[in-house]
Amino acid sequence: MATVMTESRAEAYREVIEDRAFPTVRTYKEKTGRAAVGYFPVYTPVELVHASGMLPVALFGGGNQIELAHADSRFQSFVCSIVKSTLELGLTDKLDCFDGMVFHSICDPARNLASVFKRNFPDKPVEFIHFPQNPGSPSALAYLEGEYQRLVGVFGQWSGHQVSDAQLAASIELYDRVRALLRELYALRAASPERLSAVDSYVLTRCSCLLPPEESVPLLEGALAGARALEAKTQDRVRVVLIGAFCEQPPLDLIDSLERAGCYILDDDFQLGTRFLTDDVASAGGPPLRALAESYLNHSVHASVKHDLRKPRAAGLLDKVRDLHADAVIFLGAKFCEPALFDYALYRRALEEHDIPHLFLEFEEKMWLYDRVQSEVETFVESMLFS
Amino acid sequence: MSATATFEASFHDVARDLMARYYEEMTQVAKSSTPRAVHLLIAGNPVELVRAFDLLPVFPEVNDLQLAVKKKSLPYIQKAEEMGYSTDNCAYVKADIGLFMSGREAGFATIPVPAVVLCNYVGCSVYLHWFEHLAEYTNAPAFNIDVPFVRTPDGEPRAEDVTYVVKQLEQLIELFEKVTGKKFEYARLQRTVELSSQVGELWCAIKQLTKQRPAPFDAYFDAVNFMAPLYALRGTEECLRFFELVYKQLHEKAKLGQGPLPEEKIRYVIEGPPPWPYLRNFRELFSRWGAVAVASTYSTVGGLWEFGFKHDPAHPLESIAQHMLKENVCNRNFLQRYEQIGRYVEEWGADGIVIHSVKSCRLFSAGQGDMREYFAREKGWPTLLIESDLEDPRYYSQAQLQNRIDAFFEGIEHRKLTHV
Ligand code: SF4
Ligand code: SF4
Repeated sequence: MATVMTESRAEAYREVIEDRAFPTVRTYKEKTGRAAVGYFPVYTPVELVHASGMLPVALFGGGNQIELAHADSRFQSFVCSIVKSTLELGLTDKLDCFDGMVFHSICDPARNLASVFKRNFPDKPVEFIHFPQNPGSPSALAYLEGEYQRLVGVFGQWSGHQVSDAQLAASIELYDRVRALLRELYALRAASPERLSAVDSYVLTRCSCLLPPEESVPLLEGALAGARALEAKTQDRVRVVLIGAFCEQPPLDLIDSLERAGCYILDDDFQLGTRFLTDDVASAGGPPLRALAESYLNHSVHASVKHDLRKPRAAGLLDKVRDLHADAVIFLGAKFCEPALFDYALYRRALEEHDIPHLFLEFEEKMWLYDRVQSEVETFVESMLFS
Repeated sequence: MSATATFEASFHDVARDLMARYYEEMTQVAKSSTPRAVHLLIAGNPVELVRAFDLLPVFPEVNDLQLAVKKKSLPYIQKAEEMGYSTDNCAYVKADIGLFMSGREAGFATIPVPAVVLCNYVGCSVYLHWFEHLAEYTNAPAFNIDVPFVRTPDGEPRAEDVTYVVKQLEQLIELFEKVTGKKFEYARLQRTVELSSQVGELWCAIKQLTKQRPAPFDAYFDAVNFMAPLYALRGTEECLRFFELVYKQLHEKAKLGQGPLPEEKIRYVIEGPPPWPYLRNFRELFSRWGAVAVASTYSTVGGLWEFGFKHDPAHPLESIAQHMLKENVCNRNFLQRYEQIGRYVEEWGADGIVIHSVKSCRLFSAGQGDMREYFAREKGWPTLLIESDLEDPRYYSQAQLQNRIDAFFEGIEHRKLTHV
C-alpha cells in the first residue's frame, strides 16, 4: 500500500514517529538550545508554546512500543491505555527531553493524570488547560481568551521569554499553513483514496505535530505533490468514514489492516488535535489570542471531548458521510475511552435512523494481533459489496 | 441504650418521611401537564437557584442510588447496554437512561420529563455526555454551566473563573424566567441561599462531631443518609429543620459517648463512593472489626463544608459560584484530594485509609493506585485499595473484598497492639 511516500521515506518516518526516545526532539533541542513541551491529546493551542520559543510536541502515549511495568499499579485495569503508557514513558525517563507537560479537560482520567504527573515529577512543570464546555454561551469567548492569556504567562515563564503579539501572529500564520496542508491532504484522500493510503496520511499527520512546523510544511508540501502526481487505479472497496480514535491511537498496522480488509478510509479522527481548527485562525481577525479562542469555539470540529449543544455530534457525523459520499461508518474506539464509547450510543441511533451501515470496533494501543479486527472488517465489507 | 434507639429512630424517620414527600412531589410533577422538573447533578450543585424559581430539582444520581440499593438497577443498565452503551460506561448514566427509556416508573417515584436539562459540569466529564444524551432523548432545553477546573498552583479559582461562572448563572436565570414565565426575585434567591448557608453550617458542625472518640455516627455509612436531603432539599425550611434535629441528636449522642457500634476499635478514613447494590453487606465487612469511618471524601461530592465554607446570602451568585468552583471534592484536582484525606487522617485521628475504587466513576478512581502509593509509601499510613462498583451489581465480589478487608484490619489491630 505504499503510495506517495516512497517505500523508503514512509518507512523512515514510521520509525521516527514510533521512536519513544524522541530523537527529533533531542536533535532540535541540541541544535537550537530551545526547550520542548509535550502535550497530551486532544487539542493544544500549540501557537502559544511555539511563540514562546519552545517546540510543542504531541505525545500519543507509548503505542505498542513499550511495556507497562510501573504505571499499571497507579491506574486501574479499567482505565484506557494511553493514560498508563504516557505515565510509563515518564517513569522510564523517556520524557526527560520535555521541559514541561500540558494536559486538558478532555476526560476524568486525563485530568487525574495531570495530578499524578505533578506528584511523580515534582521538577517538571505541568500545566492544565480548561476548555469551555458551553461554546454557545456569550461568556465563553472572554473566558477562553483569558485562559490563553494565562497560558502565555505560564509558557513565558517556562521559556524565559515573554511573547509579543507579533510573535503570536507569526506562529498562528505558520500553523495555519500546516493546518491548510493537512486539510489538503485529507481532501485529496477523500477525493482519491487510491492515491494516499490512510496509514501514509497518518504518518504525515503525525510528523506535523512531532517535527517543528518549519520542517513539517515542506514535508507535507512534497508529499502532497507526490500524491497528486501518482497514477493509481481505483479499486472496488467500501468507502468509509472512521470515527472514535481521537485520543489514544491505534497501531499503524491496525490502520493498514483496515484498508487491506477492503475499504477506503475517506476520513478519520486520528490525532484530531492537528485538525481541530477548521479554518485559518488569522481569518477570525482581532487580536491573536481572541482569534485563537474564537476559532476553538466557532470554527472547530465536532469532537467527543467538546460539548457543543448547538449541534449534536451525530448530526456532524451524518453530514460528513453525506458530504464525502461514504458508504458506511466504522467506529473505532479505544478500549475504556468513555468519551468515545458514550458517543457511540448516539452515533448508532442516528446511523440506524438513516440506514447507514456501520461497524463497531474497539482497539488498544498496544495490540499486536489484528486478525480478528481484520476479519470483522472483511465480513462487513463483503456484506456490503455483495448485498 | 434505649435512648440511642429513640434518637436514631427519630431522625432516620424524619429523613425517610422527607424523602418520601419529595418523591411524592416528583411523581405529581411527572403526572402534571406543567413541566417543573430541572434535572441536574450532584457535584457542586446550584440547587438554590432551582429552588428560588419553585422548580423541582431532580438528581438522577440520587434516583440511581435508590435503584441500586433496592437491587433494581441491573435491568436498566442492561437496557442501556442494548441501546449501545458500553460495559465500560458509568453505570449511573446507564441506569438512568435505561429507566428513562423504560417508562420512567422507578417504584419509589415516577421520574418527570425535564423542563430543563441543566448540566452543572463540576469536575465530572461524564456529566456532559449524560445530559447531552438526556437532552437529545427528551428535546428539553439544555444548559451547560461550564465550571473551570481548579488548576492554579495555589488551588484557588481565579477571579476570572468566578466572574465567568456568575455570568453563566445569570444566563441560567434568564432561561428559568423563560421556562417558568416568572420574574426572577433576588430576595427569594437570597433567602434560599441563607437557608443553604445555615444547613451548611450545621452539616459542618455535624462532621466535626466524628473527631470525638467514639465517633457518634459513621461518617460514611450513616453520612450517606443525610446526603439526599442535603442536595434534594437544600434551600428549603424543612431541610434546615431536619439538619437542626440531626445535629441536636448526634451532639447528644456524642456527649453520652455513644457510637454507631457497641465498641469503636478502629477509626478509618474512606475514599470513593459506596457499592450501593451491596451497601448493607459492605458495611458489615467493616462493622465486624469494630471499624468506624470518621471521615469520607464521598460525603463531600455535593459540597465541602467542613473546612469552613458558607454560602453568603449577601453575595448569592458569587457564593454559588465559589461552591461550584472550589467547595466540593469533584472540582478539585487529585492532589487536593490527597490533601483532604491527609487532613482527615490527622485531624480526625484515623488509623488507616480505605480506598474504594469504583469502576463506573473514573473521576473518583482513575489514579487511585498512585494515591495508595502516596499514603502507604510516602506517609507510611496503612492504606487499602479495593474495587467494586457503585451501581452495577456485577462487579461486587464479597469473598474477595472480605479477604482484603480482614487482612487490612488484622494488620491495623496488630499495629495498634504493638505500638501502644
Ligand atoms: S483515550 Fe479517551 S479516556 Fe483515555 S485519555 Fe483519551 S479521551 Fe480520556
Ligand atoms: S463518573 Fe462518577 S461522578 Fe461522574 S456521573 Fe459517573 S458516578 Fe457520577
